[in-house]
Amino acid sequence: MSEATKNRGLLAWIDARFPFSKLWIEHAAGYYAPKNFNFWYYFGSLAIFVLVLQLVTGIWLTMYYKPDAELAFASIQYIMRDVHWGWLIRYLHSTGASAFFIVIYLHMFRGLLYGSYRKPRELIWLIGMVIYAVLMAEAFFGYLLPWGQMSYWGAQVITSLFGAVPWVGDTLMIWIRGDYTISDVTLNRFFALHVAAMPLLLIALVVLHITALHEVGSNNPDGIEIKRHKNANGIPLDGVPFHPYYTIKDTVGLTVFLMVFAFVVFYAPGMLGLFLEPENFEPANPLSTPEHIAPVWYFTPFYSILRCIPDKLWGVVALASSIFVLFLLPWLDRGKVRSVRYRGLGFKIALALFVIALLVLGHLGGNPPSPGRNLVARICAVIYFGYFVFLWVYTFFGLEKTKPEPDRVTDGSAKWMQKLMRRLMQKWKQWRRLEETQREPM
Amino acid sequence: MKREGADLKRRRLLTGAAGVVGGVGVAYSAVPFLAYWQPGAQAEAAAAPVEVDISKLAPGQKIDVDWRGKPIWIFRRGARELATLRKISDLLRDPRSLVSSQQPPYCQNLARAIRPEYGVMIGICTHLGCIPLYEPEPGSVDNKWLGGFFCPCHGSKYDLAGRVYKGVPAPLNLEVPPHWYPSASRIIIGEHPEKGAVS
Amino acid sequence: MRKLACLLAMVLLPGLAGAADVTLGLMDAEVDLGDKASLQRGAKYFVNYCWGCHSLKYLRYQRLSRDLDIPDELVEKYLIWDGSKISAPMTNAMRAKQAKDWFGTAAPDLTLVTRRHDGGLNLSRGADWVYTFLNSFYRDDESPTGVNNLLLPNAAMPHVLWRLQGTAEPIYKPADPHTPGSSQREVVGIRLVEGVGALSEAEYHRMTRDIVNFLVYASEPFKSTRKALGVPVLFFLIVFLAIIYLLKREYWKDVH
Repeated sequence: MSEATKNRGLLAWIDARFPFSKLWIEHAAGYYAPKNFNFWYYFGSLAIFVLVLQLVTGIWLTMYYKPDAELAFASIQYIMRDVHWGWLIRYLHSTGASAFFIVIYLHMFRGLLYGSYRKPRELIWLIGMVIYAVLMAEAFFGYLLPWGQMSYWGAQVITSLFGAVPWVGDTLMIWIRGDYTISDVTLNRFFALHVAAMPLLLIALVVLHITALHEVGSNNPDGIEIKRHKNANGIPLDGVPFHPYYTIKDTVGLTVFLMVFAFVVFYAPGMLGLFLEPENFEPANPLSTPEHIAPVWYFTPFYSILRCIPDKLWGVVALASSIFVLFLLPWLDRGKVRSVRYRGLGFKIALALFVIALLVLGHLGGNPPSPGRNLVARICAVIYFGYFVFLWVYTFFGLEKTKPEPDRVTDGSAKWMQKLMRRLMQKWKQWRRLEETQREPM
Repeated sequence: MKREGADLKRRRLLTGAAGVVGGVGVAYSAVPFLAYWQPGAQAEAAAAPVEVDISKLAPGQKIDVDWRGKPIWIFRRGARELATLRKISDLLRDPRSLVSSQQPPYCQNLARAIRPEYGVMIGICTHLGCIPLYEPEPGSVDNKWLGGFFCPCHGSKYDLAGRVYKGVPAPLNLEVPPHWYPSASRIIIGEHPEKGAVS
Repeated sequence: MRKLACLLAMVLLPGLAGAADVTLGLMDAEVDLGDKASLQRGAKYFVNYCWGCHSLKYLRYQRLSRDLDIPDELVEKYLIWDGSKISAPMTNAMRAKQAKDWFGTAAPDLTLVTRRHDGGLNLSRGADWVYTFLNSFYRDDESPTGVNNLLLPNAAMPHVLWRLQGTAEPIYKPADPHTPGSSQREVVGIRLVEGVGALSEAEYHRMTRDIVNFLVYASEPFKSTRKALGVPVLFFLIVFLAIIYLLKREYWKDVH
């Protein structure tokens, strides 16, 4: 009996008891994705990779980490110095946290670019937004665990925000902390949430996100439905099976990502103080506030929005709205086309301004406030919210002049990378030929 | 999906190469995660050799010390106790201490010791890890008992050199840890003679 | 429009590198973790002059012995002062409470001090900060310790190395005739008179550099391992990228 038939026997045995082949076909070998995915489409699979990386390194860290105010800081130093390879596991996890947000932000931006949140993908977007919110909570809880100065005071400031809620604020704040200030109790519950509750929630939400995606099918850079043109077998003409085409392509993306990631882990794990903040190399001291408290870079845009409003309650309202408004996007955007390629000039300018405002807000949030900076932050906050208002007005009243969408997907994605590689290969071959001809006379 | 002109040979070759190289990468990535479970510096520091003063140990007495979290017995045998060791070979499973994992080579002798007078042993039953009781008095466990160690969990019996009796659940003799004597009255547990490091 | 650009530049640019650096003018410590002799000297100076008050509680003697090529016997003889085992961390005898009584504040542990002051585009900022601190003491008769520090004004720490460096004299900002009555004299620099200390200025620079070098090592003893490992990992990824890219191109011939 050959190896292949033996395998088929085992597979048949499993399939009779568990829909293994069915799932594989539904989600990989028989899932048809548009063939024109470009650079922006790598970040979905990268996000799953980073999630797995964080889960594994996180589980490993808990094997030595001590969620105790007296021991937490030292236990991390112990992991870094006295546990075999502990430094690598820890840097993978700390760098992974920032990488997660980079990947997620680019993934979300892709949605804005190509209108991936539009009908019939509203639920994918909504589930994705919940994932983002849970991820922010996960990162916030995790940031307390090193029990450094920034961990402590960051948690103090953010939990204080709940004190702004009318009537129940103080009670709520104390309830969250489990004490009158951030303490050992808070550390313990944040640890439980960070290592068990939030990760479970994240995994469940990611399953929902992908299930919803595979139900309606992926959007693409042209923003048109590939299901409109099918062959006799009901297969989209512009689709390719996810496996092997996108599994291999995504592995290329993953490898490039890993190169950048490894470079940071091995040569700049602190990333100039952005990924590991210098203040956090000092153990938490409840009696001394650092001169300048700033959240990690991935929260700074929203922190800026909070800070530029001179009223505590309204600042918190603005902060919450800045996240919440993203949930509404599928219903604010009424445009006739999805992809930025065929949208009006107004949309392109608005999106560019939105991104610039977000970057400026992010930069300001990491620096101490000053009157000048507050002014700029306010302007950027107006642009941030203005984007959503503009989008609704622009599309609802039919002000947008769109370009005609193509009937079939185009190959308009930038092939510069491929061209560059091809050019390099040609040059290399030429050089090899030259080498050989020079060597011959000898 | 496959076009007519697909170069299947090249595909197979590249897939194989990617699989092998990727597999090597995954295997190497697993190394830090596996090595992470090795004892850290704190455990290593706690595992350091222990020095014990035995000047006050009288014949028939036993003291317990802790080394790497394990109970180490140090007991002194008088002439009567040593004499029992020769009589019972037939009753023992491994009277000549042939199983080399249970004692360092320098203790592969009748008393399983460097100095026959002093027994040094890890007090953990080789059956399921209970701590046997020290029963040096003849007749204390049963009528024929010549003195030794008796495990109350499942009834395993050892003689005064830690050798296991036949017909009891424990399969092996008690383990003798590495040790040496820097002077007549001091013993170092956890190091071979000549300060050989213990892995 | 230009005004707005100016405003933006003013607001945004300074934050990039840590605005304070410009005015602090940190000295360059020129750390070199490959300089084992400097690290060994630094360890010796540290236990002699700093360890009395400051611990290095996350660093073990054994690690130091291994990384800095100092045999265990020499570590036990010259670096361990309190009879600790070689596997113990470099905690110190002085209790935090004693320090509090003497200086009003507990002397901080210094294992991570260079990383505490890191950040920004100056990659050795933490080291430079400590180096500058050690070279910035000057005489201040109003201070309880008799000295002050230009980098960290009103520092609780006395000038421990004064016998070696000598105590520098402050340079005051010239009195401003337009603002009479400003009795607060601002120190803008310090001047060291040659010969007041046991060491020459160059010798003192070398000594403080050795200490800082050692502290940088102590803050991340595995740094050289980390950097060395990056090379094979990146090399592996390049090789894998080449293969997987060729494979991708081969498969995608079906599509294009």
